[in-house]
Amino acid sequence: MSILVDKNTKVIVQGLTGKTGTFHTEQALRYYGTQMVAGTHPKKGGENWHGSEGETLPIYASVAEARDATGADASVIYVPPAGAADAIIEAIDAEVPFITCITEGIPVLDMVRVKARLDRSNSRLLGPNCPGVLTPEECKIGIMPGSIFKKGNVGIVSRSGTLTYEAVFQTTNEGLGQTTAVGIGGDPVKGTEFIDVLELFLADDATQSIVMIGEIGGAAEEDAAQFLIDEAKKGRKKPVVGFIAGRTAPKGRTMGHAGAVVSGGKGDAESKIAAMEEAGIRVSPSPARLGSTLVELLKG
Amino acid sequence: MNIHEYQAKQLLKGFGAPVAEGVAITSADEAEAAARSLPGPLYVVKSQIHAGGRGKGKFKELGAEAKGGVRLAKSVEDVVTNAREMLGNTLVTAQTGDAGKQVNRLYIEDGADIDRELYCSLLVDRGTGRVSYVVSTEGGMDIEAVAHDTPDRIQTIDIDPEAGVTEANIAEINAALKLDGAAAEDGAKLFPILYKAFLDTDMSMLEINPLIVMENGRLRVLDAKVSFDGNALFRHPDIKELRDETEEDAKEIEASEWDLAYVALDGNIGCMVNGAGLAMATMDIIKLYGKEPANFCDVGGGASKEKVAAAFKIITADPNVQGILVNIFGGIMRCDVIAEGVVAAVKEVGLEVPLVVRLEGTNVDAGKRILNESGLAITAADDLDDAAQKIVAAVG
Repeated sequence: MSILVDKNTKVIVQGLTGKTGTFHTEQALRYYGTQMVAGTHPKKGGENWHGSEGETLPIYASVAEARDATGADASVIYVPPAGAADAIIEAIDAEVPFITCITEGIPVLDMVRVKARLDRSNSRLLGPNCPGVLTPEECKIGIMPGSIFKKGNVGIVSRSGTLTYEAVFQTTNEGLGQTTAVGIGGDPVKGTEFIDVLELFLADDATQSIVMIGEIGGAAEEDAAQFLIDEAKKGRKKPVVGFIAGRTAPKGRTMGHAGAVVSGGKGDAESKIAAMEEAGIRVSPSPARLGSTLVELLKG
Repeated sequence: MNIHEYQAKQLLKGFGAPVAEGVAITSADEAEAAARSLPGPLYVVKSQIHAGGRGKGKFKELGAEAKGGVRLAKSVEDVVTNAREMLGNTLVTAQTGDAGKQVNRLYIEDGADIDRELYCSLLVDRGTGRVSYVVSTEGGMDIEAVAHDTPDRIQTIDIDPEAGVTEANIAEINAALKLDGAAAEDGAKLFPILYKAFLDTDMSMLEINPLIVMENGRLRVLDAKVSFDGNALFRHPDIKELRDETEEDAKEIEASEWDLAYVALDGNIGCMVNGAGLAMATMDIIKLYGKEPANFCDVGGGASKEKVAAAFKIITADPNVQGILVNIFGGIMRCDVIAEGVVAAVKEVGLEVPLVVRLEGTNVDAGKRILNESGLAITAADDLDDAAQKIVAAVG
């Protein structure tokens, strides 16, 4: 089993015709035949998209049209920042069940507008400013490098894209492999949060352990830790390894991700690590030891 | 992006907020005319630097007894004397660090008779995904101290983005600040104005500390601190012009021109990484092995060869850098592009310090091949742990 996406997931690409959309759609199509079924472009409806190895996808003028024609149940967005919020809202309006937004640099007030629309819908949004989601040997949505994955039993969730890859790479090297890896993204206002993904991993029988990677800023890691404490009381518990990036970050400075800033004495690494340890999460001191820490934890 | 107090006040005035009259000056010769243009008899002389705690700050060049960075003046002559003493000197506050910041601009403002000092800020609350007012009756002091000592005196009011600021919201804010009579009427006008200013200019933070109730019962914005969302500046060319580059680190300015996320730090290992989380984690692991990072540098997702080369040049230009760690886990970023950028930059500016490169992910083999075939003195690392140990050992 897996969460969020599997071999049956059919994906529309919003922003397919750009350079980034094209490159990563090619990569997805070549990853165990991920079902990328269509692209959208307001002015190129009716045309076809061609990949560099002869791949072809139909382009529709709107998400709603693409969905009607293909029966897609997911979309991925590679639209540039200025138009990305409207692209998400278009997907919400087209009732796409699962929307992933890769775009980095969307104005935060645009996301406030998106979030209000999202809360009144049945769609789930992953991101923005995230690497996407990948279920090994089944489906790759987004920009994660497929070559480092291995089918297995670890669920991975992370705020940081490249640290997701670290966790995947290390659990592959340890021979554990992954059920699904989910990058929730580094923006302050986003769709799916840690808690949502942890809930899915707890409910997924194939996922036997979890790696959760947070970073400074906000309180999502503390909320997730409390969630795990509450669920453990109900008897739902899996081994979890954690990591928090930004222990050495200076206060008051935004570290790349719009959401990664320690402000007002809140959101620092130490308080997050303390909350995670209290929830029984084994926090790795080093980003290079996520896999080995998990192996140690599983040995008991 | 941050702006000065005087710019923030002009901006808010444009939206209709009650601010005092004031004039910004950059030389003491302008002080007298500035003061004479104001009603008097009370004036405030305020240092314009991008840092808080100015009132309690001290000028490096002046004695410990000298007054701080915000001063009251009771005559035009007094304004001039203070302006001469403050301009050009270095103000050290709780937020500037020990180096302090040179005061190149003063804001001469009409004084006010203060009855009460309040706190009011707007920000995006990431928990709710909405714009929130954070208000407190304890204005004029460090809000973080208030949050720590008397958290019950701070209230947060969320605004539904689809409804905007409602009558009920206003009543709630007025009640939280204990405003009545004329002050409550002023509040009913001011709070929606602040929200509109926040939205229209894509602010990430608007902090008024203090918002004052004057002795005549009216509200006035006494201090204002505004930050804008850097991701939204593309649609605000007018706001972009308010940027004061003299307040920023030269390396950070150059980095921002290349759209690189770069933060200068105090250590001596330069870092170039893709992804904010991995960039922070790279800093953390350097520290774990006993050294300090010289910078945070995220080259981002779809960086070009030119951008990578620019990043590399900015890092090597820092005289504190004694070694460089390039740590790339390619997803959207392709390892071959990184490798080409590094090779191009090294060929252009030379390489006088050890360079350790760790590549993994998309197009990793092509990237490694480019580095190997370049003939440059680059130490390859197998993984993050190996990379950190190698650069720490090389710097010694």
